[in-house]
Order: sequence, then C-alpha cells, then structure tokens
Amino acid sequence: MTFHDLAYDAGKTDFHRKAQSVGQGREGELLEVAMGPQHPSTHGVFRMDVVLDGETVVKLKPVFGYLHRNHEKIAENTSYLGSMPYTDRLDYFCSLTNNWAYALSVEKLAGLQVPERAEYIRLITAELTRVLNHTCLAGFLLQDMGALGTPLMYAFREREKILDLIESLTGARMMCNYMRFGGCRCDLPAGWLDAAKKLVAEYPRFLDEFDRLLSGNEILMARTQGVGKLSAELAINAGITGPMLRASGVDYDLRKVDNYGIYSRYPFRVPLGDHGDVYDRYMIRMLEMRESLKILEPALKDIPEGPVVDPKAKLRGFRPKPGEAYGRIETPKGELGFYLISDGSPNPYRYRVRPPSLINLTILEDMCLGQTIADAVITLGSVDIVLGEVDR
Amino acid sequence: MLGTGILKGMVETAKNFAGSYTDPANRLTTVEYPEQRIASKENARQFPFLVHDTEDPMKGLRCVACQICEKECPPQCIYIVKSKDKRADYKGQMQFYPATFDIDLSVCMSCQICVEVCPFESIKMDTEFELSNTDRFGGLLVNKHQLAKSNDHYRKIHPTEAGVSDAALAVEVAKAQAKAKADVEAKAKAAAEAKAKAEAAAAAGTAPAPAVPAGPKPSSPAASPAAAPAA
Repeated sequence: MTFHDLAYDAGKTDFHRKAQSVGQGREGELLEVAMGPQHPSTHGVFRMDVVLDGETVVKLKPVFGYLHRNHEKIAENTSYLGSMPYTDRLDYFCSLTNNWAYALSVEKLAGLQVPERAEYIRLITAELTRVLNHTCLAGFLLQDMGALGTPLMYAFREREKILDLIESLTGARMMCNYMRFGGCRCDLPAGWLDAAKKLVAEYPRFLDEFDRLLSGNEILMARTQGVGKLSAELAINAGITGPMLRASGVDYDLRKVDNYGIYSRYPFRVPLGDHGDVYDRYMIRMLEMRESLKILEPALKDIPEGPVVDPKAKLRGFRPKPGEAYGRIETPKGELGFYLISDGSPNPYRYRVRPPSLINLTILEDMCLGQTIADAVITLGSVDIVLGEVDR
Repeated sequence: MLGTGILKGMVETAKNFAGSYTDPANRLTTVEYPEQRIASKENARQFPFLVHDTEDPMKGLRCVACQICEKECPPQCIYIVKSKDKRADYKGQMQFYPATFDIDLSVCMSCQICVEVCPFESIKMDTEFELSNTDRFGGLLVNKHQLAKSNDHYRKIHPTEAGVSDAALAVEVAKAQAKAKADVEAKAKAAAEAKAKAEAAAAAGTAPAPAVPAGPKPSSPAASPAAAPAA
C-alpha cells in the first residue's frame, strides 16, 4: 500500500466516522456527494465532499490540490526574475497585482527604490485589475445563482475593454509579466493614458446599468440575503482578508493600513458590510469598483514624466544580500504576501506565498452548514476563489 | 412594490438587445474570428524569433550563441549549441554563431524574458498566434531556420521598439568603426614615431634603439579617448 493510498484511506475513514456521528441513529438517510472536481459551479478543479440530509448540508469538506504546480519549489530553483512570469499564473485574473506583491517583497529585500512614474503606473494597473476582477466576480456569482448568461456576458463585455488596455500596455491579456524589481518593464505606449481616461469616464455607466439590472432585483435579494453568513469575530480568527472580511463589517484594508505605493495620496472610502452574507459580499464589490474609479480618475491626470525603472536594478545576475522580507498588498481577493529569504545566491532560499483565496476558502464549511446545497454553491461563488492561487 | 427590481432589470436587457443593433461598437466586442480579425497590438507578444540582417537568414543572424537566454529562460525551453568556428558579425567582429537553436513551442510561456536579457538585440517577440501544428513531436520543436525572420519584419510588427533597437545597433556600429579608424591611425602614428626615432638614432650615430612594437596593444589606450567623442 503506497503512502497515497494510506492517506486517502485515513481521510476517508475519518470522513465517514464524522458523517456517521452527525447522523447518529439515522443511517441510510444521509447522502454523501462529491461535488467536483469537474463541477462547473466550483470555479475550477475544486471538490467539496458534502454530507446531505435531504437538501441540507450537514458536513462539508473542501478538497483542493488538483491544480498544484509546485510554484514555491520552482521559484526556489530559478532566479528572482524567473519567478515573475510564474506569479502571473497564481491568480490569473489579477496578474498585475500578483506581480506587484512579488516585486514589492523583492524590493524590500534588495532595498530598491521605485521611481515616481512607476509608482503611478503600478497604482493605475492595480486598480484597473481590481475593477476587472470584481466585474468578473459579479458575473460569475450571478451565473452560480442560475442567472445563466446575461449578467456574465455583460460583465465580460466590460472586462474585454480593460483587457484591451492591459494588452496594449503589457503585450498579453492575462499573463502580463509587467512589473520588474524597482519599477515596470516598459513605459506606457502612446495614447494609452487617453484610452484609460476614456474607459474610467465611461465605466460608471456600466456600473449603473449593472445595478439597475441586478442590485435591486427581488429574486437576487431573496436568494442571497441571510445566506452564507460569516460573523466578524470568526472572520478575524480565521485570518480572512479582502472584501470577504469587509463584508463582515471589519474595517481592514491594506491600502489604508500599510500605505504601500502611493495610496495615501488619494482619498477613497472602504465600503463595509453589515451582515456578512452573500448579498453584502456582492454589494461590497460593486461599491469597491466605484471607489477604485475614484482613485483612477485623479491618478491618470497626475502621472508625472520620468523613468519607469530604478537605474540600480539589474535584470541579470541579481543577488540580494542575505536577509528576509515579507511584502504584502491588497489584491482584489485579499492580502497577497510573498515571504522571501535570501542567502546571497541568485535564487531565493525560501519563497512562500500567502494566498488570499486559500485562506478565505478554509472558512467555507462554517458558512455552509445548515443551509441548502444550492446555497453552498453561491456561498462558494461569493468567496471569490481562483484555483491557480489556492493550489499553487 | 414587489417586482419593480425585476422589471427594471428587464428594461435593461431590452435596452442592451436594441443597443446591439444601434450601437454595436459599444455593445459588441467580439468579431467573427477566422473571417474578421482584430489588428494585433503593437506590444503583443506570442513567440520569439531570431532577427537577421542579410538576404541569407543563416548568414545574417545576429545571435552570437552566448546562451544567456538559455540560462535565463524560466521554463528552460531554449536549446543552443555554439558553433566551432567564428564569423564576422554586423560590425565586423569575429563571433560565434548558433549551430543549433531550438525553442520548444509547447513549453514556451511567452514571457519575453529572453528578449529582455539579450544584449545583442537578436531575439524578439513575434505577434503571430496561429501556431498550431499537426506533428506534436517534431512540429513543436522550432529550429533556427523556422525562427529566423528579417529585421524588416521586426520593424513592421513593433515599429517603436524596432526604432530603439536600430538606433542602439547604429551606435554600436559607429563605435566599432571609430575604434577601427582610431586603431589604424594609432598604428600609423606609432610606426611614424618609431621611424623618426630610428632616423634620429642613425643621425646621432649611436646603436639603433630596440624597435617599438607597433601592434594595437600598446596603442589602444591612446586610441580610446579619441574614440569616445566619436561615439
């Protein structure tokens, strides 16, 4: 018997035992269902082992690792620069914020300065990414609720416009590989700022449209209010970050707390939820998009001329001094951090990712217990996971 | 009133439906792909190619087989074998050239790091995206004959970038030419000095001084300040 068989058996017996203890004296009435890894509502190769009493979830075990790609070990065996394109593939909706988090921690490690123009470009691209991610999430969440097609199609139409901007800047739609240690890879192409200004000016039109289409919809409210509740206390204890934490009413946004980049220069509000249910999580994202546009509008006007990369930074033969650094930023999904230890060689000695999706997902069972299986699906949808980041 | 939100939403879908006929530029973002195509963006990157300057692609490859891209490539998809002999490059210097230069198309992740680390402006990103192949073993291993594309092609797909690259190469060529010219002048000067010294020695009637070596080695420090302003 191999190690894997043993581990699988151990997990299975444990799972069975727990399931039996829940339904003591009601053998045969409980039903075990393995949702996934090919279930379309699970946003990728993610499996939920659920025990159902009729339609009610009595036990839920998230199983992940199907998309494990050994990201951390690969990074420890390649140069610092070589890991940058791999970070794109963590959360493939928001590759620009992943790049930024990694660049930030390497800059901390090596003591590099980021020029003013590069800081602006980073802020602009990160906020565009936030808008893009939340737009998609709203579409996917509605898709999970059974609103097939229409909201997702409208969301993807708007996403396309942002992707066009990102493509003309970075050369790729999703795998951007744009940030470099001490700045950005290339300067903005001619006419990019005007196109971005136009997009930012027109975007509220889509948000209004989406609000009219959905936010006041009675079916949506009946379906989401009071579903998948997460208390503020539990959210804090479980280490939840990002919009999920804020939907539970905890005022914690790294853009305000850490003041990384140049976020302190632009006033914006952090929307907070009251109930921590699926509806709050949906609304938080709709509101955050408007706040992001408020940051983007002045930033696109203020962006100064100048170099986009620290002249001291070099691409080849980059060896930071021995030491360690943890850099974190507020990505659209929560706190993404990179913990790096350098031993003075061209490769990091230790490279650790703190993925927001994985940690937000750990609380799934507590949110789903006692609710119907259809609610479990939309609760998962509202967590906003990307399996590339969960499994790494 | 119950149902108002739903009705509002229905109005929105109706508007979008009508808008797809009256305002297709904003409402429809996709095109019918094989028949219609969207022009690729200037920064777009798909797969690397090797730049050559002359008519014969194999003779004019800028690549000098330094193997930096092979080392830096994150998924290790480049395979280079250095040539045994040397040949003159675009500025007349003797350089190695790649005897083999393969890129595994199935492994390449289009990250552009090879382009960034190349010091010779010899590998660039193409915008061609229809790269499918029926042979999954040989067909996906792209060799140097398939990779070689002309500088004109590069100018066509990335005009701004190619301008910068051409200017950088022109500076290199000017530097090389100035250095060669300075070398020639320094050689002539050294030879003239040696001749004058020998004549002086002969005139003085003493034994001739040991000849000053007129090679480029001692003359190059004298030549470099002369070359710098020219560059």
